[in-house]
Amino acid sequence: MLDNTQIERLEAEAVNSATVRQPLYAPRKKIFPKRASGSFRRFKWLVMAITLGIYYLTPWLRWDRGPFAPDQAVLIDLANRRFYFFFIEIWPQEFFYVAGLLVMAGIGLFLITSTVGRAWCGYTCPQTVWVDLFLVVERAIEGDRNARMKLDAGPWTARKLVLRVSKHAIWLAIAAATGGAWIFYFADAPTLIGEVFTGTAAPVAYITIGVLTATTYTFGGLMREQVCTYMCPWPRIQAAMLDENSLTVTYNDWRGEPRSRHAKKVQAAGQPVGDCVDCNACVAVCPMGIDIRDGQQLECITCALCIDACDSVMDKLGKERGLISYATLSDYNANMAVATAGGSCSANPSLVRTDGGAFSEKLAHFHIRKIFRPRTFIYMGAWSAVGIALLYSLLTRDRLEVNVLHDRNPQFVTLSDGSIRNGYTVKLLNMIPEPRTIVVTMQGLRGAEMSVVGIDLPADRSFAVAVEPDRLKMLKVFVRQPADRVGGATQTFKFRVEDKASFETDEYTATFNAPEIAR
Amino acid sequence: MSDEHIDEVSGISTTGHEWDGIRELNNPLPRWWVITFYITIVWAIGYTIAYPAWPMLTSATKGVLGYSSRNDVKKELAAAELAKAKYAAAIQSKTASEIAGDDALREFAVAAGSAAYKVNCVQCHASGAQGSKGFPNLNDDDWLWGGTAEQIQQTITHGIRFASVPDTRLSEMPAFGEIITGDQVAQVSTYVASLSGPVQDATLVEPGAKVFAENCVACHGDTAKGNKELGAPDLTDAIWLYGSNETAIAAQIRAPKHGVMPAWLERLGETKVKELAVYIHSLGGGE
Repeated sequence: MLDNTQIERLEAEAVNSATVRQPLYAPRKKIFPKRASGSFRRFKWLVMAITLGIYYLTPWLRWDRGPFAPDQAVLIDLANRRFYFFFIEIWPQEFFYVAGLLVMAGIGLFLITSTVGRAWCGYTCPQTVWVDLFLVVERAIEGDRNARMKLDAGPWTARKLVLRVSKHAIWLAIAAATGGAWIFYFADAPTLIGEVFTGTAAPVAYITIGVLTATTYTFGGLMREQVCTYMCPWPRIQAAMLDENSLTVTYNDWRGEPRSRHAKKVQAAGQPVGDCVDCNACVAVCPMGIDIRDGQQLECITCALCIDACDSVMDKLGKERGLISYATLSDYNANMAVATAGGSCSANPSLVRTDGGAFSEKLAHFHIRKIFRPRTFIYMGAWSAVGIALLYSLLTRDRLEVNVLHDRNPQFVTLSDGSIRNGYTVKLLNMIPEPRTIVVTMQGLRGAEMSVVGIDLPADRSFAVAVEPDRLKMLKVFVRQPADRVGGATQTFKFRVEDKASFETDEYTATFNAPEIAR
Repeated sequence: MSDEHIDEVSGISTTGHEWDGIRELNNPLPRWWVITFYITIVWAIGYTIAYPAWPMLTSATKGVLGYSSRNDVKKELAAAELAKAKYAAAIQSKTASEIAGDDALREFAVAAGSAAYKVNCVQCHASGAQGSKGFPNLNDDDWLWGGTAEQIQQTITHGIRFASVPDTRLSEMPAFGEIITGDQVAQVSTYVASLSGPVQDATLVEPGAKVFAENCVACHGDTAKGNKELGAPDLTDAIWLYGSNETAIAAQIRAPKHGVMPAWLERLGETKVKELAVYIHSLGGGE
């Protein structure tokens, strides 16, 4: 037996022991983005105005379709199963157009991301747009970054209460308007708005407004950057879309480092000094609460506000803009190689500048040519192919269709004179909002004639049927073939429909069944 | 629980349960859980007062809200009845052929009749109304008792050879096996078969015609076209209830089978019978 002093003691430490373990839940650290100004901020205002304008105003656009269809330009009429988009009307069986548009949106996102990074996230994503809008309200009421931080840290006073209540009230009003605007896409907007305010709208309208109000308020006002960082899958997928030639918001440490707050003192001491004065302007404006100088990171939505912030500081210092800029990884790496003399030392600003202080000619700059590379060509090709296919299909689609269902039980009926009768359910689809007279004609099937239930005319090979605008007309058709003309147990023939006014036609090949031995 | 035990490691009291030296910590439940638990208890009490809940000897407490799922069904059925009241009233007041001539009414009656057909008629006439041997096909244009909507309604209302109903459609073909000779049966069955198709022994046709003229014309008519007043079938067409060859015809002459159809008025009511008539009429053979 071993003495217990002879047992080997292991150098093991419980990394996850109760005393050092971090809690699974981390409370959100508040972010107080400072107002930025500059060209990207102006561009973002413009994008916000356009996207919000489209969202709020589209349901109110009118589009005259005649007396038999709604005059709302964009309308998803779920009750009648129609989708109207200006001059396009889509029936449920044409839903593939919507699926096609979604495919295009997906490929379009790949294309945009591979060229200019997460432009969708930074400029047009509803989350970004609404958070921006909510921040406008927050700044207007509570002031800019410092005032807000002071207010947040301070005790609850009457002033703080008033400011907070009014901020949240306006947020809720915006959220309700957002949810409210959504429902107008699904019904006649002028009618519905009256119903909503008089309390006579359908319950689903109020439920929808309630749900979207809650999500808008929560996501835009309370959760903000957490939606992008924790809920959205796109930041995780984007790595596969970006490559070394994609433009992303980049801190150019090849000219910024080593950063220093006391540049002159350091310079006087003979040390190298970069352009970054460590003013933290880029950090203060960031709505995601990150430091872009840490490099590319999942949290960055590339809103480019840090570029604006840094550019204005560079202007004040009399230095070139672009310490933070849209740059590709390949350019960045090339410039880093220049700044570090091929990696042999840490970044030295003197290596990227000539003696006169201008930038060295060895530096790489973005060229528009880099956008056109195999990856983007493939994306563009796929995107265009889907688009062209959809467009072609849309331009050549039928607005008159016939569908035929053969009676199966019984498949055929022998009549008293020995002739054979088959029954069909013929569906005529008049897919335009105008009444039409459709001529249904039989082609083939020797000697056969048809009769239509509800049409009191002698049997014939052709009938004219009035079809209501934008409706399906269902006909019960009996086709009868004399015994001596029956040509086998299974014969095929065609139902041909034609609009004599527009010359639109459609055909359906149907089967005619007879007993093996017709008497 | 007299000896309260405190766990040395965590400093939390234990429940007093011990298994092989392992004790259970007496951690309090999370506050939100406890509150939710109490809320559910309060809710349950309120619920059992408001809604039917406590089982008694013969039934259960009714609940102060007076809720009953059976009443819900009644309400829904009443609402459905109300929704179709417009059609039901029209169907009651109009004749079967008037209904068949009105697009909206016909559509309603055909749907209602089709449902009634599936419950009451498929057993004999089959799911596609194609019938079988001895049970007429309702799709075709050959009608023993007439194929107008009214005649069909009459047949469904009173039935055929349904003894307990006085107005039932009644006819009976005599068993000619006891009236004419075997040779004559062979002759006349060949003649009848020849009216609608080729026969095996053409020499029997002429004597058969003579037998037919002597025995059968009273009901089936000079030209063998039948008589719908009597339910006598047309013997010249392609549709045969009991088979079309000489043997099948001979059997039917010797000892005829007579189908019976029940009267449906009492069971289904006039409106339903009318809807059935319109449905049958719409199958394609209606006159």
